[in-house]
Amino acid sequence: TSVAMDGEALAGMVRSIAEHRDQTAFVRLFEHFGPRIKGFLMRQGASDSEADDLAQDVMLTVWRKAGQFDPVKAAASTWIFTIARNRRIDVLRRERRPEPDANDPLLVGEPEPCAETQMSTAQIQVRIREAMATLPPEQVEVLTLSFFEDISHSDIADRLGIPLGTVKSRLRLAFRKVKALVGDEFA
Amino acid sequence: MTVKHHPSEALLLAYAAGHLGEGLSLLMATHLTYCPDCRAAVAEAEAVGGAVMEESAPVVMRDGALDALLGRLDAPAPEARRPAPPSVTRRRPASSPARAVQGGIALPAPLKSYVSDLAGARWQWVGPGVRQLDLMQRPRGRDTARMLRIAPGRVLPHHGHEGLELTVVLQGSFTDEQGRFTAGDLAEIDRDGSHQPIADSGEDCICIIGTDAPLRFSGWVPRMMAPMMGF
Ligand SMILES: [Zn+2]
Ligand SMILES: [Zn+2]
Repeated sequence: TSVAMDGEALAGMVRSIAEHRDQTAFVRLFEHFGPRIKGFLMRQGASDSEADDLAQDVMLTVWRKAGQFDPVKAAASTWIFTIARNRRIDVLRRERRPEPDANDPLLVGEPEPCAETQMSTAQIQVRIREAMATLPPEQVEVLTLSFFEDISHSDIADRLGIPLGTVKSRLRLAFRKVKALVGDEFA
Repeated sequence: MTVKHHPSEALLLAYAAGHLGEGLSLLMATHLTYCPDCRAAVAEAEAVGGAVMEESAPVVMRDGALDALLGRLDAPAPEARRPAPPSVTRRRPASSPARAVQGGIALPAPLKSYVSDLAGARWQWVGPGVRQLDLMQRPRGRDTARMLRIAPGRVLPHHGHEGLELTVVLQGSFTDEQGRFTAGDLAEIDRDGSHQPIADSGEDCICIIGTDAPLRFSGWVPRMMAPMMGF
């Protein structure tokens, strides 16, 4: 599908930056992601100018760290989402975000994935979007609110006027449906 | 290590979305070190996040943003900022060995930048058989994180929760109303829950506890303990 092509094309642009310092590819990535990162951050509560500054920082990080992008592990949009998330925590909350370390000797490894059945991460991204399109609206609402609003699930419950348990069960259902439709690619 | 107790989908999503504070994120990162299943679930939630960002309504960048950015591309990257070394690991003088704990355990990487030397750490007495180590000396948010060392058979005060409380066991085990938790397990209790954990194996139970709001103690003894524990 064309969306899958988009995903592959976006990943290709990041690779091209990593390998050739390709400014043309960077401009195309900026035109695609810059305004989306900005819109996403504004819906998370950043002001227009904060979101603009942060989106520029994120794109600068994309340029500098393009060599760390691994298309086998994540789609370009997923990788850029995690950069935006971490930058926002760093700048707006001034907190650290502890993460597991892939080189930690204590890290418990996952079983080797079966190479034949693996979809590309770009294909997985398409499946995830398709899966989200089939979810009931109330599940999409809590799933989307969970990303956009920097509020706890208790606050989401209060805002929607539903019990906390209902928020959690809607998220659980949404997650399981996405997982069922995407397959075991993440397991 | 067989991990039996995992965070809820809601919690995995909150971590992936970046909405957890530093203390709760530290608890999640510790569990994720021991749990490939939950790492896969976080990766999946991040992919959902990528899709949500991809589909959010674009907002036009300010005039000249691209040119300004292109002008910065070849500037040298700033030095990565390293957090200040944690102060909880200062060794006590040899004359006061009472609070030194023998036999450190191997710490997962996320914890190491909060407490680098367990054996030399300044454990704080909080009650009979219970010692703690504050992991967040200079918190910026409202989260707390502490390591607890609980002697076999000891019971923690019964308490309720104003917000989320996460516990990850590093050594030994404890049991509460939700079940039995051993190394790698994550216990999740939200604002509606209350419980009374008891350390129930032959060795000290070493665990980390993170909260995003103060705990509520019931009964007069626990209320006396609350200020000592800094809750
Ligand atoms: Zn888990
Ligand atoms: Zn508790």
